[in-house]
Amino acid sequence: MPDDTLLRLDELSIAFDDVTVVDRLSLEVRRGETLALVGESGSGKSVSALGAMHLLPPNARISGSYSLGDTDLSRMKPRDWQGLRGNRVGFIFQEPMTSLNPLHTVARQIGETLRLHQGLSGRAARARCRELLEQVKLPRPDELLDAWPHQLSGGQRQRVMIAMAIANNPELLIADEPTTALDVTVQQEILALLAELRDHHGMGMLFITHDLNLVRRHADRVCVLYQGQVQETGPVADVFQQPRSAYTRTLLDAEPEGRPAPAGSQPLLSAENLSVAFSRPKRLFSRRPPPFVAVQPLSLRLARGETLGIVGESGSGKTTLAMALLRMTPSQGDVVFEGERLDRLSGNDLRRRRRRFQVVFQDPYGSLSPRLPVSEIISEGLRFHHPELSRDEVERRVQATLKEVGLPANCAARYPHEFSGGQRQRIAVARAIILEPELVVLDEPTSALDRTVQKQLVELLRDLQARRGLSYLFISHDLAVVRAVAHRVMVLKEGEVVEEGSCEQVLAAPRHAYTQALVAAAGLMPNVEGA
Amino acid sequence: MSLLSPQFSPITRRRLEVFRRNRRARVSLWIFMALFVVSLFAELIANDKPIVMQFDGQWYVPLLVDYPETEFGGFLPTRTDYHDPFVKEQIDTHGWALWPPIPYSYQTLDMQMMRPSPASPDAQHWLGTDDQGRDVLARVIYGFRLSVAFALVLTAGSLVAGVVIGGIQGYFGGKTDLIGQRLTEIWSGLPVLFLLIILASFVQPGFWWLLGIMLLFSWLGLVDVVRAEFLRARNLEYVRAAKAMGLPSRLIMWRHVLPNAMVATLTFVPFLFTGAITTLTALDFLGFGLPPGAPSLGELVAQGKNNLHAPWLGITAFVSLSLMLSLLVFIGEGLRDAFDPRHIQHASSAQPGTDTRTKAHA
Repeated sequence: MPDDTLLRLDELSIAFDDVTVVDRLSLEVRRGETLALVGESGSGKSVSALGAMHLLPPNARISGSYSLGDTDLSRMKPRDWQGLRGNRVGFIFQEPMTSLNPLHTVARQIGETLRLHQGLSGRAARARCRELLEQVKLPRPDELLDAWPHQLSGGQRQRVMIAMAIANNPELLIADEPTTALDVTVQQEILALLAELRDHHGMGMLFITHDLNLVRRHADRVCVLYQGQVQETGPVADVFQQPRSAYTRTLLDAEPEGRPAPAGSQPLLSAENLSVAFSRPKRLFSRRPPPFVAVQPLSLRLARGETLGIVGESGSGKTTLAMALLRMTPSQGDVVFEGERLDRLSGNDLRRRRRRFQVVFQDPYGSLSPRLPVSEIISEGLRFHHPELSRDEVERRVQATLKEVGLPANCAARYPHEFSGGQRQRIAVARAIILEPELVVLDEPTSALDRTVQKQLVELLRDLQARRGLSYLFISHDLAVVRAVAHRVMVLKEGEVVEEGSCEQVLAAPRHAYTQALVAAAGLMPNVEGA
Repeated sequence: MSLLSPQFSPITRRRLEVFRRNRRARVSLWIFMALFVVSLFAELIANDKPIVMQFDGQWYVPLLVDYPETEFGGFLPTRTDYHDPFVKEQIDTHGWALWPPIPYSYQTLDMQMMRPSPASPDAQHWLGTDDQGRDVLARVIYGFRLSVAFALVLTAGSLVAGVVIGGIQGYFGGKTDLIGQRLTEIWSGLPVLFLLIILASFVQPGFWWLLGIMLLFSWLGLVDVVRAEFLRARNLEYVRAAKAMGLPSRLIMWRHVLPNAMVATLTFVPFLFTGAITTLTALDFLGFGLPPGAPSLGELVAQGKNNLHAPWLGITAFVSLSLMLSLLVFIGEGLRDAFDPRHIQHASSAQPGTDTRTKAHA
């Protein structure tokens, strides 16, 4: 065994009650390298990292041996763990919004680990905090020391998390999906920073992710996990060039591909000078500040059977735009749906029209009421818009729609929590299409799903479009998915359209710098069709 | 329960499970329900009339029908006093009577008693009599029923008012919320107790009067809770999806938002309930509550205070009130825990469902 092995897991198994979650996992992380632990949700990748650090609930049973450097972790006493975690091992978690304490300033959050492990306090701690903030390349470190988490953006918070993780010069850094919640361009910056810090401090890094795109660029070796079992381990280049296991091949093939069927030209929806502005709160005795413009005046049109992809990072106003088109948020400008001015309608007239433009939301867990069985969820709109239908007829249509979205008929009586994310998203699609709409707004429908599931959903959506002649307004930050679905693309930045055109053209030869950055970050450059 | 379970949603089933595991709450619920059901039949348990009787071969149901004394060989065509020694003797010689276990109603004055009132407990009056010679046990049974009935109606009324008003404020938000909030604030500034006392000076407050006045204010506590829940729920994705489907607001509120708000609301109910009982008792104690003669626990407390030499009055009032309120608080705690999503059952009984959820995030 070479000397530089840092973390070694040997036949590590983890079980909750009687369910084995991780099955005889063996891996090692060496000093100065990044090992990527890849798998879909539920594959046991986070659990194994948490298990090796004894961070699991007490009902988890861990067996096998695991060690950090010369320390045998499986024989550690509870008291010794505290000296290890945060000191020799640093953690970065996925959710930058919730992994910082909202009631502590940045200096205090970082200072806490310094005080615990190095006994630093007062001015010394503050100086060290400032140094750390500089290391993670946060701008204006002096100001940020006293900032509260809510004043920081997602990327900045993740940098603070990293500063906390490296505060005690750990030997091993465990990054559990560190960039999943961030925009693509920010992702690249954070990962580049992590690589730099790794080299600078000579750390080993265990990088847990589901995103192969990131693995390809930022890891040295990769370990593929499927249902708690190792499928394949090896240097990144080898695994990507010649995957040995069947599962790795499916993962690599899971990139959504293909193109949508050609669209018609009959116009369905158009908007002229549509803009959305939110007024800002007014302080007592002061003048009202100018409104916040979420969407700058823009025009768009969508033909029958066509998909318009709306692309942009978080905060670019893409969801707001969609909500304005659906008349779910107040806006200025004309919205014409099938020759009728939607923006002039309200109340009952508008409600009756809503049948014709439906929406599928991002979060498959939040968009279905947990208290209703699936049949109720799907049939609810149908029963309201078509009260004349008999109970049997409603039942029949629910069954037909379930079949159409590829769900088994017996799921009608079950509750949403019994389904996986992909299945839930299919239920949400079923709820939308049972009303026989002409337009469906898809608000990041795939971003909460695994790659393989994304691919299936994209195929379903294309299939439905071809069969029913649906028009889609497809909102996404994921260019790979957009390429597989959209005919035309519209790139939004801070509420403004920076680029617009046919999908192939925009993705293959982006003109605007922002689009170029997005395309580069998505790793699409080399294999765009026709490029 | 297991037969019913499949019809409930999984959340409801988990809550039932948590509640059932809480032994104190479950036992309290059973005792309270038993007491309440028993007190519903108070007329069969404590009454100054026989339940059924036979007189000269004929059947009589004095419990339901008022017979004149002439029926039983008396001289006056007035309502029969079955405790009258003469009537008693007539019945004994000409037939028989089935008496309730406690042969006194809540306002029966025991004329046959040889001892001065208040009389201490004996075989005749198990908990003694109060200072007017009325049976204390009978009054406690009727008083319990009245208190619980009052609290039930008041709670139901406050629930409806609180949920409707809070729901409208929360769901529509904006100006509706702002104006509604200010109005409820002003309204909650009115002093309830003074209002009741003033009112007592020009109407004789009965059960419904008291209920009406207290109902004007008791919903205020619920509004904040319900409003907050509606405010939160209206931005949930499935509520937005329902809006996008074109469902009207009332349907969305009823089907999607209300079930969310009910959790917080139901947790509140047992405490609303105890609050109602306490307020009624306090008013009765002060003499601004139910009319004189009505069986009320508050009046019993007042009697206990006025007759310190008759400790059975005070002790009975204390025990019955504290028992009732403790039972309700225990039930309320059980409900609160059952509805608390963060409530963790003891390690031995950890739910597999929660585990899979944590794993899904991993």
